[in-house]
Amino acid sequence: MARELAIDARGLGHRYGAREVLRNVNLQVPRGGVFCIFGPNGAGKSTLLRLLDLLETPTEGRIIVGGVEALPDARPALRRCMATAFQSPYLFRASVEANAAYGLRVRGRPRRERGDRAREALERVGAISLLRLPAWRLSGGEAQLVSIARALAVQPEILFLDEPTGNLDPPNAGRIEALIREYAAANTVVLVTHNLFQARRLAHYAAFLHQGELIEQGRAEDILNLPRDDRTAAFISGEMPG
Amino acid sequence: MHDIILGFAHAWRLLITGDQDVWGTVFRSLCVSGLSTVVGCAVGIPVGAVVGLRRFRGKRGAVALLNLGMSLPPVVVGLIVYLLLSRSGPLGFMRLLFSLSAIVIAQTILAAPLIAALTVSAVESVDRRARMVALSLGASDVRATLTLLGEARFALGAAVIAGFGAVISEVGAVMMVGGNIAGHTRVMTTAIVLQTGMGQIDVAIALGIILLLIAFIVNFGLGFLQRWR
Repeated sequence: MARELAIDARGLGHRYGAREVLRNVNLQVPRGGVFCIFGPNGAGKSTLLRLLDLLETPTEGRIIVGGVEALPDARPALRRCMATAFQSPYLFRASVEANAAYGLRVRGRPRRERGDRAREALERVGAISLLRLPAWRLSGGEAQLVSIARALAVQPEILFLDEPTGNLDPPNAGRIEALIREYAAANTVVLVTHNLFQARRLAHYAAFLHQGELIEQGRAEDILNLPRDDRTAAFISGEMPG
Repeated sequence: MHDIILGFAHAWRLLITGDQDVWGTVFRSLCVSGLSTVVGCAVGIPVGAVVGLRRFRGKRGAVALLNLGMSLPPVVVGLIVYLLLSRSGPLGFMRLLFSLSAIVIAQTILAAPLIAALTVSAVESVDRRARMVALSLGASDVRATLTLLGEARFALGAAVIAGFGAVISEVGAVMMVGGNIAGHTRVMTTAIVLQTGMGQIDVAIALGIILLLIAFIVNFGLGFLQRWR
């Protein structure tokens, strides 16, 4: 069973000081496909993402990635199976090409391979024309494309995307959605989004998070069309009080 | 006024003809201050990076201590190094007093806290997401820290330049621990003080011009790096 799960999170809880952000989250992300985490602002989606991609350590609970528990010693190796493109992208003070190749560089890949794969990733997101530009000259949308390319370039088994099309115009958003669909055919994509239309278009599985609690999870079409919980239904129908 | 004009004329002649005393002193100053800056960086940058990046009990105190180190009075540093290296001092057996090594030690003590304090603010000014992005792309902790330092490279460059600028223009401590021995421990600043006192205004002006030129280059470099950030 464990081997069929890309990520198995058990009893996750997280606090920032006295503030409890997540409470007893049990989340199972199947291997392959798009797993969408959705919920209102402040539900704890981005925190959950940072726990799942092992950038933060939960104050409670366990995370098992591909059958291996993410204990401190195992985290660096497990992190190398993953890559993340964040909601507000941060690009290093270097060229777009160097940014796209960063993950390959830290993996010690040869220079030629780094260049080829970085260019290929930039080509796929439609940002190849930016290759030689310094990253600090890019617009918000261009930076988001490069950030996605940078994550894709390492070809992670699990790709985390936090609001990946938030800064993009419709043509670029469409291109990235197509790319997510294609990538998820052979890998796992964990997508955090507010955009329910996007969730319907892309997600194979979904989980609804509300006030730090996981309300429900399962097949996306079930959750999005026939939610079992009233809070999920209220959020999907737009009737959840702010 | 006539003496000053004459002094400038002689100074130019010394510079253009490559006077051995003048250029020897300049070369010695650059070597000693360059070495002090290198050692100051070797100590100051790692210390500043750890203080700036890590969360630990007493961090505020550590930052305050480094900031205090930035304003260490040079003559007090000179006095301490002198007492340590003097024949009756705890390090007297090393026989370093009135040597270039003594000057390097004193200048390093002045440069290291300055570089460390500027390193703290350099790494603290880097967007915290840089480290998280590096880790999320598979970097180890050490690699992510190096990446973060790389992101602060212009500010770190400015810290190094500021350290060099501080030590090359320093006179009190250098005079005390170096002894201002001609052809041995005499550097630009101590030579200017001595030559002015002796009335050899032309040599003092020649060295002053070079020191000003170096200060100008250092400040230009600093300004360039700050604009580039």
